[in-house]
Amino acid sequence: MEILLKVDSVTKRFGGFTALNAVSLEVRRGERLGLIGPNGSGKTTLINCISGALINESGGISFNGRSIMSLPAYQRTRQGIARSFQIPRPFRSMTVIENLLIPLAYVRGFSGGKADGCAEQILTSIGLAAKANQLCSHLTQVELRKLELARAMAAEPQLLISDEAMAGLAGTEIDEVLSILHTLNKKGITIIMIEHIMQAVMSFSERVICLDAGQIICQGTPTEVVADPYVQRAYLGD
Amino acid sequence: MKFWVTCAVLLSGVVALAVSNVNNYVFFAGFVVLQSIVLATAWNILGGYAGYVNFGIPAFIGAGAYTALGMHLWIDASLIIQILAASLLCGIVGFLVGALTVRLRGIFFSIATVALVFIFETIVMNTPFLGGAAGMQLSRPETGGVFPTYLRMLVVVMLLLAIVAVALARYVQDSYIGKGLKALRDSEEAAECCGVPTLKLKLLACSLSGALLGAAGAPLPMYLSYIEPVSTFNLLYAVSAIAMPIIGGMSHWIGPVIGAILLSSLQQLVTVTISSELNVLVVGVLLVLFVVAAPDGIVGLYKRWKSS
Repeated sequence: MEILLKVDSVTKRFGGFTALNAVSLEVRRGERLGLIGPNGSGKTTLINCISGALINESGGISFNGRSIMSLPAYQRTRQGIARSFQIPRPFRSMTVIENLLIPLAYVRGFSGGKADGCAEQILTSIGLAAKANQLCSHLTQVELRKLELARAMAAEPQLLISDEAMAGLAGTEIDEVLSILHTLNKKGITIIMIEHIMQAVMSFSERVICLDAGQIICQGTPTEVVADPYVQRAYLGD
Repeated sequence: MKFWVTCAVLLSGVVALAVSNVNNYVFFAGFVVLQSIVLATAWNILGGYAGYVNFGIPAFIGAGAYTALGMHLWIDASLIIQILAASLLCGIVGFLVGALTVRLRGIFFSIATVALVFIFETIVMNTPFLGGAAGMQLSRPETGGVFPTYLRMLVVVMLLLAIVAVALARYVQDSYIGKGLKALRDSEEAAECCGVPTLKLKLLACSLSGALLGAAGAPLPMYLSYIEPVSTFNLLYAVSAIAMPIIGGMSHWIGPVIGAILLSSLQQLVTVTISSELNVLVVGVLLVLFVVAAPDGIVGLYKRWKSS
C-alpha cells in the first residue's frame, strides 16, 4: 500500500523539555491508526507538528511523497490534512452551518448554493442537520464533537486526525462517533485516532502506536500492543 | 445599489451646503463627525472583524497628520498628495503592526500598539523640521477649489474619505476576507485548520485599517491651521474611536457609522452647550452603559428587537 504520511525522526522541544524525541512513523493510505499513550506523552504535540500548528526543530514530515515542512498550517489543510481539536474550538459567533462554510470556501473554493448544499449534506450525514441554523454556543458537548468532525470533513481531507473526539462522552455517544469515523474510512479517508478510551481505540484501529515520554515504545495490532509489557508499564506503572 | 445612491445623495447634499452660505460652525463640527466615521470604521476592520484591539489610533492619526505636514513643507504638495502619502505610510506602519500579531495576541497586542503612540510622539518632538515640541502655525489657503473657504473643501474631502472607508469596510465584511477574519477572531488555530491564511488576512486588515486611520489624520493640520505633538498624539482619540464601534455594534459595518455619528454629535453638542471638559464624560458614561446593557451595541439591540 502507498504511504500517505511519513514522519521521519521528528523532535520537538519546549525549552529544556523534549516533548517528542526522534519520532518516526508511516501511515498508509486508507489505514485506521490508533495513537495511544499516557497524558503528556506527546500525542497532541505530534499532531500539532503534523498539522503545522507547531514547528518541529528537526526531522521531516512528508505527505503524499512531498515534504510539507515549509508549509504553514492552512496550506497543509489545503493539501488534505484535517484535524479535530481535543477541546472543541467552534467559531462561536457563527451558526453550525456557517462553521462548515469556512473550510468549504477556503479549502474547496465553494460559495453560494453549492457550498450550502454541500454543508447540509455533511450535517445530515453526521446527524446535525436539525441544528444547522443554531449558534454553536447552544450545542451540547457531543454535538460540539460532531461539529469538529463535520468541519474537518468539509475540508475534504485525505487524512483526518481525530484528537480525542470521544473524551467525556457516554456509551451510545461513543458508538455514534465511532460509526461516523468508520463511514469516513470506508470512503477512503485515512484516519489517525488519538484516544484514551481503550475499548474504542482497540476496536477501531488496524494498527496502534503507543507513545511514552516523547518516544514510540511499541507498535503493532491492538492485541499485540495491549500485551506489550512496556505499554502495560507506561499505563499501569511498575 | 441602495448604498451608492445614499452616498451620492449625501455627497451632493454636502457639496450644495458647502457652496451655500450656511454658518461656518456647521462645517467645523461636521468635519469632526465625518472624521470620527472614518476613524471608527477603520478601527473596526481590525478590532471588530478580526478581534485585534488597536489602541494605537493616535499614532496613526499623528503619523498621517505629520506626513501631510511634511509633504506640505517639503514640496508644497496638494491635499490629495498629502492624503495619499499619509495613507501609504500608515498602511506600511499597519503592516508592521500586523507582523506583531505573529507573537502577540489579546491584551499584549493592544499594549504594544499603545507603545507606538509614544514612539511616534517622541520622534516628532525631536524633529525640528516638523515643528518639534512647540508645534507649528500654518496658514490655510483662502479658498478651496470651487468652495468659498478651504475648510468647506476639507469637509467635502472628509466625506469622500468616509464613503471610501465605509465602502471598503462593507466590501471586506461581505467578502471572503471578512468571513476569514470572523473565523480567526473566534479561534485562530481552528481557522488555520479550516484553510484560512490567518497571517495574510491579519496583515491585510492591519494595513487597510492603518491606511484609513492615516488618511483621516492627514487633513488635520490644515483643518486646525496649527499642529503640535501633544494634542495630535492624544490617547483620547483612541478612547472615542474604540467607543464608537462598541456603542454602534462591531459585527456590521453600519455599527461604527451609527456610533460615530451619535457619539461625536453628542460630544460637539455638549462641548458647545455645557463645557468642553464634560464631553469626555459623555464617552465614559455611554461606554459603561452600552457595555453593561447592550454588549452588541445598537446593531445588536436592533437584531434582538427584530427577532423577537
